[in-house]
Amino acid sequence: MNELNPSGWRPAMGASAPPDTIETFTGNRALQLEEALLFELGSPDRSGVDFDDIPDFDTALLGPNARKARLDLPGLSEPETVRHYTRLSRQNYAIDLGLFPLGSCTMKHNPRLDEKVARFPGFADVHPLQPVQTVQGALSAINELAVWLIELTGMHGVAMTPKAGAHGELCGLLCIRAALEAKGDPRAVILVPESAHGTNPATAAFAGYRVENIPATTDGRVDVDALKARLGPDVAGVMITNPNTCGLFESELKNIADAVHAIGGYVYCDGANFNAIVGRVRPGDLGVDAMHINLHKTFSTPHGGGGPGSGPVVLSEALSPFGPLPFTSRQADGSMKLIEEEQAHEEHPQAFGRMCAFHGQMGMFTRALTYILSHGADGLRQVSGDAVLNANYILRSLEDVLDAPFGAAGPCMHEALFSDDGFAEGFTTLDLAKGLIDEGYHPMTVYFPLVVHGAMLIEPTETESKAGLDQFIGAMRSLAERARAGDELLKSAPHLAPRRRLDETLAARKPKLVYKPA
Amino acid sequence: MRYLPLTDADRDAMLAVIGAGSVDELFADVPAAARLAEPIAGLPNHASEMAVERHMARLSADNLTAGAAPFFLGAGAYRHHIPASVDHMIQRGEFLTAYTPYQPEIAQGTLQVLFEFQTQVARLFGTDVANASLYDGSTACWEAIAMAARITKRNKAIISSGLHAHYVETARTMAKFTGDELVTSAPELVAEPDDAAVIAAIDGGTSCVVVQYPDVLGRIPDLAAIAQAAQAKGALLIAVVTEPVALGLLESPGSLGADIVVGEGQSIGVGLQFGGPYLGLFGCREKFLRQIPGRLCGETVDADGKRGFVLTLSTREQHIRREKATSNICTNSGLCALAFSIHMTLLGGEGLSKMAKASHMRARQTAERLSAIPGVAVINRHYFNEFAVTLPHDARQVVRDLADRQVLGGVSLGRLYPHVDALSGGLLVAATECTTDEDIETFATTLAEVLA
Amino acid sequence: MTRYFTKDHEWIAVEGDEATVGITDYAQGQLGDITFVEVPGVGAEVGKGDAASVVDSVKAASDVYAPVSGTVTVVNDALEDQPELVNTDPEGEGWLWKMTLSDTAELDSLMDEASYQSFISGL
Repeated sequence: MNELNPSGWRPAMGASAPPDTIETFTGNRALQLEEALLFELGSPDRSGVDFDDIPDFDTALLGPNARKARLDLPGLSEPETVRHYTRLSRQNYAIDLGLFPLGSCTMKHNPRLDEKVARFPGFADVHPLQPVQTVQGALSAINELAVWLIELTGMHGVAMTPKAGAHGELCGLLCIRAALEAKGDPRAVILVPESAHGTNPATAAFAGYRVENIPATTDGRVDVDALKARLGPDVAGVMITNPNTCGLFESELKNIADAVHAIGGYVYCDGANFNAIVGRVRPGDLGVDAMHINLHKTFSTPHGGGGPGSGPVVLSEALSPFGPLPFTSRQADGSMKLIEEEQAHEEHPQAFGRMCAFHGQMGMFTRALTYILSHGADGLRQVSGDAVLNANYILRSLEDVLDAPFGAAGPCMHEALFSDDGFAEGFTTLDLAKGLIDEGYHPMTVYFPLVVHGAMLIEPTETESKAGLDQFIGAMRSLAERARAGDELLKSAPHLAPRRRLDETLAARKPKLVYKPA
Repeated sequence: MRYLPLTDADRDAMLAVIGAGSVDELFADVPAAARLAEPIAGLPNHASEMAVERHMARLSADNLTAGAAPFFLGAGAYRHHIPASVDHMIQRGEFLTAYTPYQPEIAQGTLQVLFEFQTQVARLFGTDVANASLYDGSTACWEAIAMAARITKRNKAIISSGLHAHYVETARTMAKFTGDELVTSAPELVAEPDDAAVIAAIDGGTSCVVVQYPDVLGRIPDLAAIAQAAQAKGALLIAVVTEPVALGLLESPGSLGADIVVGEGQSIGVGLQFGGPYLGLFGCREKFLRQIPGRLCGETVDADGKRGFVLTLSTREQHIRREKATSNICTNSGLCALAFSIHMTLLGGEGLSKMAKASHMRARQTAERLSAIPGVAVINRHYFNEFAVTLPHDARQVVRDLADRQVLGGVSLGRLYPHVDALSGGLLVAATECTTDEDIETFATTLAEVLA
Repeated sequence: MTRYFTKDHEWIAVEGDEATVGITDYAQGQLGDITFVEVPGVGAEVGKGDAASVVDSVKAASDVYAPVSGTVTVVNDALEDQPELVNTDPEGEGWLWKMTLSDTAELDSLMDEASYQSFISGL
């Protein structure tokens, strides 16, 4: 025989060992990689960008504030940069990885065509203040989206510039205020149902209104009698979320709107949940005067780890004259016009003003328009149908193991709501949510709406297949049973994520918001 | 439908579990009169990827893009070169398709990025702390004014005439409804900013002074003197930076005494995008921590003692404070903050300084060349990469005539200040490291033609 | 010294026309870890039932109402660095502010310890 196996390589399975007990030198666990802070990795001398040297740089024209010392900002070469952010990305859950059932957040698939289109140079590489003759295509795209939003909601006009949903709410309320002031009848109060998202009262207060809460009925809807009883000459309007935060359609919205209009007020509809009804119900038919549309929800512009959003506001005929600057308008010859401060006096004299620099979230408009054109009127109708079907399938598949406070009242819309009723003593919604992380899912929305104890709000969206839903339902049933049985391991979940539960008390008591070298 | 996984067989099986006969039955709570039986009439139905792309490509082609022409626009949005790796990294699905990091155990990627971003912004601005970003520079500027009013319990803001017209208009809109008083004026086409006028306007009722640095005409105000004057009267100095690359060559506003520094982060990593989405930057003194609007990311530890990050101090925010919140803002500009942070990481202190130097040199070269044209005069004594020139005709028409000749030659002051006749001959010209010798020459010869 | 309680879970310990105010042990237990306390300004005039202070926990911000009317004379500066005192010793070192009373008759509407205990046992 020759030399026997000189390399020493002999495939073997090895003895089994419990993985928890294995410590590594790096702290990494195979593909689960720890990543240091940029400030521990980089230095101001290192760079991933090349520039020509400028010898004898002269600071004379910079004046007395010319910088004396270089900024202490760490740099990395390109390969280091790519690794840093790739490693960090792997510590995130995302829709691209699986079901993301956050109620009221509408986490649906983000089509990649939308990303491609948004990067077309005619949209991505144009300056907002270029002469209008050089940006006809960009203005046309904004206008096309505007027309779709108006048609889908049955409204009269749309303000495109608000930067996100909350900014859109503010826009709607400022339209209401401007309209009332134009009548010489400024009013003081905005009515908000107690189940509303906290942004509604925050926005109303920011717009200078006093907020009064309207109670809910036991079936999870606005108490119409209580609301009507409160209406009077001091009420500027109501803010209603429809479908509401309990996942139910406010069947009485038209009645409410008629009553509000009768006292000279206006109806603001929070459109956060428009995905449930898009293509099937037009808010304009229900008497709504203003509604923001979160393009990052219903029309699938990516959430990006917390923005950017985009919140166009559709407006009724009564409020349209008061919408903010700027906006686009198509001329008889097909060309696009931009109405800014210069033209406002003649073309839009009652505008309440400008909400931000430039023309709004163009990069979101092109994505949303692409999404809408891909789906069309029939596809959008199917979107809401499948979203509602998926939510009801979850509701009916879990209601025997989880308390569904409004389950008996009939079908839900696009989200299913459960409470913590029936959990073992000491077990909470948070425990179940964190257990879901170990099962490979992002938790649902928890502790909202406030009107349900230990609320769990599940919005699957139309993106999920039946097989995907069945697996999720299986995981939820298992967790619900563990919470009811009092499985102690659930209380310290998650066990398998890149981090265990984080100390939020410490973070808030001793805030450390920037890196400081030890 | 390529985006919808359910088959008709799936739908039937699911309806059977639910106990409903059809999807339409699930909409029984909608009053019949408001329920549409068919897809909305008059709108097109679904379309293939190819068809949609073709339509959108046609719209895209109907624009003169910045990269296809000599380009000299600024006024709050700048065209710097963005390294290819920036756009590549922000398209990783784990960043692109993640939600706000409310579940920190599975969002450490986004959270660590935000912590690093906050630190980068604080160092750039020379402030103690920074937030996780706001919508854009103009809305960040208003948020700062509102915060100064909360801190000082006063409500008169002195707005320097050098603040971008859109920022002033945004603040004016908000102030109309909150009842804050804004003292404003239009800029004048002179070599230096009106620091003395700003200082003279400060009194015991002033909550804050808002000063853009460099200002809308590219001039560089004396922030230290204004800070001193403001603080002597118990008012705060808010510095507004619309071109953060300038801070590669100019002292940071915080180090000159600004109490709050806000800005537009677009010029680093984000791109022009016809005006949005952009990136609101916000930094301030640590003692104002609990008055900061928007999201904050903080360092902490997990149950095993490992370092980790969470969103913190959320009791300031609308979802908890409701009508008592510091602001009604929910979202930040997360993906734009990521792009900014990656670009800043690629640059580092040295790279930022070099990019700033290249931009400044291109601006000087442009200014010198334009000054040689009869009737054109550069007004600035000092500038970074943007300056104002006066032209013998209405600059709005000149800009349109230049565009007819495929030159994007700056922003007319008439566009920003349509009702101020004295500014109608003013043109803002900006340059960056992207500007070439050929661009400058084409711009100058075309401008000379248009003016002749 | 006499201690009184409110339905909003504040306590007030009165000695002559001087008093110390804080939140009850029951309240701190419901709130969880206190992360920040915003105390009123010294010299502030507060009316009975006015929101005079804010106690933050991680997920909530709760107003603390003045149990009676009067003027704030001293605030508990230790809470700035150690908000956790409100958790560990709510009715002692975790006090919020001291005040002079403008109308001692207002105390009559408050509960004594025994009635407060029976009030919370019914919650």
